[in-house]
Amino acid sequence: MGTTLLEFEKPIAELERQIEELRKSAEGHEVEVAAEIAPLSAKLESLKADIYRNLTPLQRVQVARHPRRPFTLDYVRLCMTDWIELHGDRAFREDAAIAAGWARLDGETVMVIGHQRGRDTKENLRRNFGMPHPEGYRKALRLMKLAEKFQVPVLTFIDTPGAWAGLGAEERGQSEAIARNLYEMSRLTVPIIATVIGEGGSGGALALGVADRVLMFEHSVYSVITVEGCAAILWKDGKSIEMRERAADALRITAPDLKRLGVIDDILPEPAGGAHADPEAAARTLHDALVEALETLKEIKPEKLLRRRREKFLAMGQVVESDA
Amino acid sequence: MAWFRKEKQPRQPLRQRLEIPPDVWEKCEQCGHTDLAEKFARNVEVCPGCGHHRRLRASEYLAMLLDEGTIEEHDTDLRSADPLGFPDYPSRIRKASANAGESDAILTATGQLGGLPVNLGVMDFAFMGGSMGSVVGEKIARLGQRSLERKYPLILISASGGARMQEGVLSLMQMAKASAVLAQLGDRRIPYISILTNPTTGGVSASYAMLGDAILAEPGAVIGFAGPRVIKQTLGQDLPEGFQTAEFLLDHGMVDDVVPRKELKRVVGQLLRHMSGKPAAAGWASA
Repeated sequence: MGTTLLEFEKPIAELERQIEELRKSAEGHEVEVAAEIAPLSAKLESLKADIYRNLTPLQRVQVARHPRRPFTLDYVRLCMTDWIELHGDRAFREDAAIAAGWARLDGETVMVIGHQRGRDTKENLRRNFGMPHPEGYRKALRLMKLAEKFQVPVLTFIDTPGAWAGLGAEERGQSEAIARNLYEMSRLTVPIIATVIGEGGSGGALALGVADRVLMFEHSVYSVITVEGCAAILWKDGKSIEMRERAADALRITAPDLKRLGVIDDILPEPAGGAHADPEAAARTLHDALVEALETLKEIKPEKLLRRRREKFLAMGQVVESDA
Repeated sequence: MAWFRKEKQPRQPLRQRLEIPPDVWEKCEQCGHTDLAEKFARNVEVCPGCGHHRRLRASEYLAMLLDEGTIEEHDTDLRSADPLGFPDYPSRIRKASANAGESDAILTATGQLGGLPVNLGVMDFAFMGGSMGSVVGEKIARLGQRSLERKYPLILISASGGARMQEGVLSLMQMAKASAVLAQLGDRRIPYISILTNPTTGGVSASYAMLGDAILAEPGAVIGFAGPRVIKQTLGQDLPEGFQTAEFLLDHGMVDDVVPRKELKRVVGQLLRHMSGKPAAAGWASA
């Protein structure tokens, strides 16, 4: 407890502490505290709901990046069985910023591919904070092709600040690796479902995001640039809360925004207090949404599936056609 | 007066004696070589001294690559919307249009390249840094569609800092959109050539720019996923000399060749003929 509290979560934590204290005091003495706890618990639930209903876009960014928010491997553990992780791009090395492998969802084999962040510093160093190098994207593509070979659907999970910007990444063709995935995902002959479970950061996110269905958790964000980057470029200030808030508002990065813009298909509701408050509940929501989407997609013939996927992405964007 | 004494005249600068107005001269940003502007223009804005490739406008590439009198421009009436209601975006678009004299950051056209019909799209860095928003994506998609219909090869010349922030995630989606069109071309065996000019970074490099059946780059062009400034920041140290230049990418196996601007038309024509089973054009074999 007490680790990584977001500013707006403090009233929630305070109330939780009060309830906990009451419980403790009850253990020592033979006092009946249930009557006292009940209203507090109710208050806690409504407080959580209130706070989370009114999150600003910047607060959603914080929730999306929360270190206790469920990651790809958490969802694999919580809503799938028979998991076996596969590694490497067969060309350069293994990239732990992306986790991938076979699993079973509701008894059916699926290929799971997702960005994987770390919970502590040590794991984050190993997983590069969920920011893949080209070899991560090439591993992802290799396994998508493998899934296609055995006609197994692909489930991707998006949770990255972005693709890694560094010397080695550039030398080994970060751009090409991302571009190749966009190209191949648009023509993969098995169903693809992408879910934005945390932060969807730019091209590094999209490289796992060309899908028949794009789902997004309620408090996830998906953006062309980080709010910090946007604020730094436009207003020369990527640090202050005001400028980050301005950028977060302007960029339209929340799930309802993206639904309105036609970029995502469905919003997955999160438990009160966010997915990190109750990972099991979030996993149940995800499980049911994935099963339902797969049921529908499995019925569609490959040619039709591809045509629809392509048409969906071809329709994205807004232009004005004038008689100039 | 001695017979050998020369009449004294005040010294006149060469420019005045030749009656050359000052704006006739241009100086290379790279090496400082000064030459007649006309000479730069004749050399397609490549410095006669050091070979530095200056930026060329999209319309100039069209004229340079397509045969005279064959150019038919498309979708000139497409304009950016403001889908996010982004602060100052409409006024920035207006300013960019006024400054660049174009309606957005790409021109698309059908024409002939050495007698071969092609569809050519050229990005224009002068329009908001060649940033890719919905208009760029849509024009590329439509041009690709034309290629699918007529089986004409597609050529895209990139010059861009990446996705256009002001259209948010919709700009990001243009990467998927363009890539999906290219995949269709690929499945139908219609050649696509990508030409990278200075600069080609961000979302443009991470989509259609790096997907060519052949990828050519102009000498010295900066090409990369992240801009050099960003990498320097994450690295905390200076970048190696020549990092992210066209030559660096060639060394690392990321482009097929670095081609001087003056050679582009010949090389592209040659490649297209190889990839579409057409016989060599007269005069190219020896060039």
